[in-house]
Amino acid sequence: MYAFDIERPTTIGDAVSALGHEEAQALGGGQTLIPTLKQRLAAPAKLVSLTGISEMKGICTTDDGSLCIGGGTCHADVAAGAGAYPALADLAGHIGDPAVRNRGTIGGSLANNDPSACYPSAVLGSGATIITSNREIAADDFFDGLFTTALEDGEIITEVRFPVPEKASYQKFEQPASRFALVGVFVAKYADGVRVAVTGASEGGVFRWSEAEAALSANFAPEAIEELSVDGSGMISDLHGSGDYRAHLVTVMTRRAVAAAH
Amino acid sequence: MPQVNMTVNGKSASGQIEGRTLLVEFLRETLGLTGTHVGCDTSQCGACVVHVDGKAVKACTMFAAEAEGAEVLTIESMAAPDGTLNTIQQAFQDHHGLQCGFCTPGMVMSAAALLKDNPKPTEAEVRDYLEGNICRCTGYHNIVKAILAASGQDVSAIAAE
Amino acid sequence: MPKDGGIGASTKRREDVRFLTGNGNYTDDINLHGQAYVHFLRSDVAHGLINKVDTEAASAMPGVLRIFTGADFEGVGGIPCGWQVTDRFGEVMQEPAHPVLAQGKVRHVGDPIAAIVAETYAQARDAAEAIEYDIDELPAVVNMKDALKEGAPKVHDDLKSNLCYDWGFVEENKGAVNEAFEKAAHVTTLELVNNRLIANPMEPRVAVGDFNRSTGDHTLYTTSQNPHVIRLLMGAFVLGIPEHKLRVVSPDVGGGFGTKIFHYAEEAFCTFAAKALNRPVKWTSTRSEAFMSDAHGRDHVTKIELALDKDNNFTALRTDTHANMGAYLSTFAPSVPTWLHGTLMAGNYKTPLIYVNVKAVFTNTVPVDAYRGAGRPEATFQLERVIDKAARELGVDPIALRRQNFITEFPYATPVAVEYDTGDYHATMDKLQEIGDLSGFEARRKASEAKGKLRGLGINCYIEACGIAPSNLVGQLGARAGLYESATVRVNATGGLVVMTGSHSHGQGHETAFPQVIAEMIGIDASMVEIIHGDTNNGPMGMGTYGSRSLAVGGSAMVRATEKIINKAKKIAAHLMEASEADIELKDGAFSVAGTDKSVAWGDVTLAAYVPHNYPLEDIEPGLEETAFYDPSNFTYPSGAYACEVEVDPETGRVTIERFSAADDFGNIVNPMIVSGQVHGGIGQGIGQALLEACAYDENGQLQTGSYMDYAMPRADDVPFYTVDHSCQTPCTHNPLGVKGCGEAGAIGSPPAVVNAVIDALQSGGKNVTHIDMPLSPSRVWAAMQG
Repeated sequence: MYAFDIERPTTIGDAVSALGHEEAQALGGGQTLIPTLKQRLAAPAKLVSLTGISEMKGICTTDDGSLCIGGGTCHADVAAGAGAYPALADLAGHIGDPAVRNRGTIGGSLANNDPSACYPSAVLGSGATIITSNREIAADDFFDGLFTTALEDGEIITEVRFPVPEKASYQKFEQPASRFALVGVFVAKYADGVRVAVTGASEGGVFRWSEAEAALSANFAPEAIEELSVDGSGMISDLHGSGDYRAHLVTVMTRRAVAAAH
Repeated sequence: MPQVNMTVNGKSASGQIEGRTLLVEFLRETLGLTGTHVGCDTSQCGACVVHVDGKAVKACTMFAAEAEGAEVLTIESMAAPDGTLNTIQQAFQDHHGLQCGFCTPGMVMSAAALLKDNPKPTEAEVRDYLEGNICRCTGYHNIVKAILAASGQDVSAIAAE
Repeated sequence: MPKDGGIGASTKRREDVRFLTGNGNYTDDINLHGQAYVHFLRSDVAHGLINKVDTEAASAMPGVLRIFTGADFEGVGGIPCGWQVTDRFGEVMQEPAHPVLAQGKVRHVGDPIAAIVAETYAQARDAAEAIEYDIDELPAVVNMKDALKEGAPKVHDDLKSNLCYDWGFVEENKGAVNEAFEKAAHVTTLELVNNRLIANPMEPRVAVGDFNRSTGDHTLYTTSQNPHVIRLLMGAFVLGIPEHKLRVVSPDVGGGFGTKIFHYAEEAFCTFAAKALNRPVKWTSTRSEAFMSDAHGRDHVTKIELALDKDNNFTALRTDTHANMGAYLSTFAPSVPTWLHGTLMAGNYKTPLIYVNVKAVFTNTVPVDAYRGAGRPEATFQLERVIDKAARELGVDPIALRRQNFITEFPYATPVAVEYDTGDYHATMDKLQEIGDLSGFEARRKASEAKGKLRGLGINCYIEACGIAPSNLVGQLGARAGLYESATVRVNATGGLVVMTGSHSHGQGHETAFPQVIAEMIGIDASMVEIIHGDTNNGPMGMGTYGSRSLAVGGSAMVRATEKIINKAKKIAAHLMEASEADIELKDGAFSVAGTDKSVAWGDVTLAAYVPHNYPLEDIEPGLEETAFYDPSNFTYPSGAYACEVEVDPETGRVTIERFSAADDFGNIVNPMIVSGQVHGGIGQGIGQALLEACAYDENGQLQTGSYMDYAMPRADDVPFYTVDHSCQTPCTHNPLGVKGCGEAGAIGSPPAVVNAVIDALQSGGKNVTHIDMPLSPSRVWAAMQG
């Protein structure tokens, strides 16, 4: 790692001002950033650790029934505390491994927007709202390709607000080495329609599979999408699977998610 | 260099650190607690698992500065002061749950975290929980068996020896 | 002898206590006063000409003590190769130079260009980025067959080509083998890859060099399976340090699996730099660095053909293998695809005619050498796969086909130059059918089908040659070392024993198992025996631990030394009891005179040896300490039969291991608990090879699997509980313990069982798939199912 200073503010306001310095970078749970720093692939002059900000941690339910998760809430706490949204709790409970889940945070995961991460599919698949230190961003406007989001420099994800669906499921097919999603599909059925978000597969990062959404909105059953397919040409092709394989898995995992939704 | 203060294995511990000093470096190099090991640099092998404020974490993927004020437990804290192994350690010895011993501290710390939350895990739950702890020697057979035994379950039906 | 401490007892491991409490002493736990740290600047291109390495600016960086480059090693020896293979034309192999730091050219990603020694590791790494170097990238050779083409870029410009050797075995059989193929009723052909692996002991390599200017003594602390071998290779061939001025210590070592046998440049560098700087110099490998600097394993591309007569008897076997050596010859690399592979091609079968051709090839990749099993897994995999394919082509039961061709009479001289002393292959197959409940397979298959899964059963047998090895034989085959083992047994005055063994334990449990043998021999409690290993200043020259040799060779040396102790102790006892030496019996830790009630305790005799007041000084010396060197007269031949049951998800191609059973014959067994553990671990690695692990390079020689993010290590949820049995025992006839060795069996026997099972599953589902190259990842299995 290159040398840097580390600050550990206790309020969002202090964190924002600390991030105002040039070459400062936010540090969530660090489960992706620290390995990156070890490889010397990032060179911040200052890291602003968000782990000491208690107002960014925790889970609550709003008056309209949405589930709010503080941006600094770790995956293990979401797995244990998001019982109101079982598919989300289940997703959080299968990110990485137990020790990673005790450190990694929802805000950190979303800000990083790894194309194989799990959370982006839940956020996009739920039509969640990302609340930052200075605004609210709809999920559909947030993800912007690999490792890129609508966040501006110094902007912190303080909360994510999930409308709770009637039923939902996340089905992950793991890459055998990293155990990240080779393909992960989040399906959520709301009163006004079904959302299907796919992670791990596309060269463009997490995306909504609109054909499946239309078919499932009409008939929420695995058979409804049996005839649908995804084009493999825009899919990631690597050691662990071709684009065609990933495209195939998108259909399989979507069917399984529909069958498992509860 | 800033100073960090924490409680390690029940004793207050402090030292000068850089921003980039990892918790595992502080434990091994500053405190001389070399039982916590480093087996990879991508947060996967789990040889460095310790408990911070009661939670299992990878000490190689946390900065020492982030442990300011925390209660840290390492493998060195697991046996009784007179050296008597705790239930998990004893089960690992009884069931040959270790060979070269390098992954073992992380395995024991993860097992302790598992059994605290889930005192009677199933075989599948044990295997799932160990996703972040890689062992190259044992093929996991006797590790899983030892953890089930440590939870008080009868393992006599699981393959001999 | 009470069964809690002697031969045959599952004694709990005493070494566990320190490992379980965080009190192990691994090399990275060693920190010497005033030590400096080295970081190696490694090539990021696979092949290139070094035009310039300018260290001036970097040398001025904070904390930098000195930066070394290849120029600093002019006149210093290179990393030696310990085995010289002679090819089928009688020519010795091509053997390139292997400098400690690259000179003139870099030849693989990870080849060290410069070594930066600084006050801290971070400062060394900072300074590495300030080194200005200029490398003209050259086209790389990665694919072995391309590397042998006319006009291919040469890894070593001073060699004739990229061919290390073209080995034929047994060359004189070639004509007869070809003739047998012409007469065959059926020929089964299979082309396959034995995937390149990275051993991945969980402890990365570490080296700490130290030098005492006042005495001229060098010390190297290193993560080695064989510190004496490192002392000899590095002292004599690289740095010119006589052995009496060089101490090599390998304390607790966190797994080896072969890759810690070899002498590495980093060890030589730290030893060299400690003297140059007059300070201890430490190197700790990161895992990422290990992926491009630890010797890799396997990497064979093979075509195998099996000829059968009309009655399905095997009549001939012919193989053609390309074996990757990587960019340089690692310590034992040339022996792996030849003498550890070709000699095993008979397997468990009485195939009368065998011809093996191996072309060893240099490529711009990390050197390849022994990894758990070393040559024997490659032999077993191709043989057991081609037999399985033949059974399918002929429509016969794969177990019946194997049984029909089993060797049944021993000793048995194979057509590939080894003689199996004992074995009973029907017995292990019978045992496998029992413990694996193979008769219940069809019912389990139906249950799997009911949940939409394809289920398959894969069977295979294996034989291996262990207990390496008779020195005069391996000398004829090109080894530049002897392969005996040593032990010094020191009895203390109060009766306790210390054994200094040349074997090295890095997980095998010698500290527990070796005392069990002595406890049995003398009739004392095993806790009276302590094992010391891993320090060249403490014990006789030893060859170390690999090739499942510790108990068979090192244990035999210890038995021989202990026999000398007992013989001398009997002389002392005879004197004390005023009896004839011939009448002295040793039982339960006491000497008695046959036919009398006279008896003297072990401790009284040992005390007399060191306080020789009443002692036959005219006949024997005081003291009780003996050394023995044991050189085996043959290899040992563990064998067994393995069964794997898998489920395949036909929608995703994902394979899960549902059952795994192993019936092994290891001869006599000292500690059954440890033996089972060794088999479990081997099976885990074999399943890893079969389903998960592959080291991959792209066409430019870039390592694509540079970390655990892409190199899939087996985890706890990738494997089931295994059913292992080692009750079939045909003791080795030529070592005193009758033991055969068990360390590698699991890794040898399991990959073909897994692959055979997957093929069986796919064919049961109507898929016309006859082979898939390992690892059988979901994407590969799915692609194969698409046809």
